[in-house]
Amino acid sequence: MKDNLHSRRRNAISKAAYFLCALSAVIAMVPLILILLYVIIQGAAALNIDFLTQLPKPVGETGGGMGNAILGSLILIGIAAVTGLPVGVLAGTYLAEFRSPRLSWTVRLLADILSGVPSIIIGVFVYTLLVLTMKRFSALAGGLALAVLMLPTVARTTEEMLRMVPDSLREASLALGIPRWRTIYSIIIKSASGGIMTGVMLALARISGETAPLLFTALNSRTWPTGLDKPVASLPVQIYTYAIAPYADWHQQAWAGSLVLVLMVLILSVGSKLYFGRKMRRVR
Amino acid sequence: MAGNIVTNSLSAWFGEVRAIEGITVEIPANKVTALIGPSGCGKSTFLRCLNRMHELVPGARTTGEVIWDGKNIYAPDIDATEVRRGIGMVFQKPNPFPLMSIADNASAGLRLTGMRKNKAAIGEVVERSLKMAALWDEVKNKLDKPGGSLSGGQQQRLCIARALAVEPDVILMDEPCSALDPASTQKIEDTMDQLKKDFTIVIVTHNMQQAARVSDFTGFLLTQESGEPGRLVEYGTTSKIFTMPDRKETENYITGRFG
Repeated sequence: MKDNLHSRRRNAISKAAYFLCALSAVIAMVPLILILLYVIIQGAAALNIDFLTQLPKPVGETGGGMGNAILGSLILIGIAAVTGLPVGVLAGTYLAEFRSPRLSWTVRLLADILSGVPSIIIGVFVYTLLVLTMKRFSALAGGLALAVLMLPTVARTTEEMLRMVPDSLREASLALGIPRWRTIYSIIIKSASGGIMTGVMLALARISGETAPLLFTALNSRTWPTGLDKPVASLPVQIYTYAIAPYADWHQQAWAGSLVLVLMVLILSVGSKLYFGRKMRRVR
Repeated sequence: MAGNIVTNSLSAWFGEVRAIEGITVEIPANKVTALIGPSGCGKSTFLRCLNRMHELVPGARTTGEVIWDGKNIYAPDIDATEVRRGIGMVFQKPNPFPLMSIADNASAGLRLTGMRKNKAAIGEVVERSLKMAALWDEVKNKLDKPGGSLSGGQQQRLCIARALAVEPDVILMDEPCSALDPASTQKIEDTMDQLKKDFTIVIVTHNMQQAARVSDFTGFLLTQESGEPGRLVEYGTTSKIFTMPDRKETENYITGRFG
């Protein structure tokens, strides 16, 4: 009798715990779904070919678009990718493959701290380093700020992914008389490339929505980008500018811009997970 | 073509722990030499000292000499990569490169060691080494399929082919059949009999019947007490070790009294 009571109590607790977990899982997804729905509902109305291809119109005139900001964002992400990725991937390779205990420990700690530094501080840092010395806001400064921001993520993801490559593959390669650098490059990094690319794409998706570090670096612009040493518009900054302006049609455009940004992030993150995730599973 | 290996007071450490001590043995060319002994006796460690794989473990080191074809592979002017090119290895678990096709696996050593050859030459080597590993007939129509799509036994033969393709002198096999079924095991044992014409083979095995079947010489390693390093108790022709060993411990082990 006592046993029966006991097991009934245990089952009840188990059910309650299961319910709580399921409920929390649903709650965690609600914000994303709401954001998506809301942005689609609000943004779709103002989204059209003009929006994607035109320059912003002066205050008072209707129409126009954020073509320059979309292009600007792509340029900034491109600069960040070209500068941040090699450094991040090589740093991660160092952490995973060349285990000098003390230096690795220090680099790992610094990378973790850097990833926790608020993005606006990174913006101020690049402002001091580049904008003040070049005496102008520039796409270059903006892209580098984003690069610094993605650096720790890329380095740590690369490290994790390389560590997941089984040691048996390292040994197989070295036992063939393949030199160490070749083993790392052709066997280990290639085997982990799916995972590394997923991490890289997620990092790019993450920085493509950053606003704060661009405020003091790339600034903003109402024209098409003319050079890497000139200020450049970007979607997040343009959305911010339009959203706090007192004009209803600017608000509309801010929503459309948000929709484009969210779609960019979704395509980057979901697409890379689907594409590279499949490749990674074969290695394990 | 094949080389012999002589070890001289070879000891190996993992950090402060000595895994094997004072092993002196002569492994003849063009023969199969089996290393037997209970788990933890250091036979795999000994094997990994023969092509400088042991030192890849952090904190691992060796003392003594390993003379391969007259030169000490631990001499300061010898490059570990060169040693491994001449003394290949097949591991316990089949470990084909997962993102490479069957053909690319077989030619990986050739392509990645910088022994650059043209495509036709590489194709020939792939075919020849897959044939030597008795895998050619099973894979010749799907050379571009991933290595991981093969069965465990086929994967292991692919690993043997991969090791053969760089034309080493010596092939070290670390329990190559312990993860395989009896049919695959037999295929690999048959292969070894063919291979010893061209190569010197050293095989570590848990399976005494296998040692008796495939080898010409057998070494018996043993850890006397736990915490002690493994030592070579007895070494001789396989027929002698299995029929009239000199040492009581050897007799006890091969008759199944322990281990």
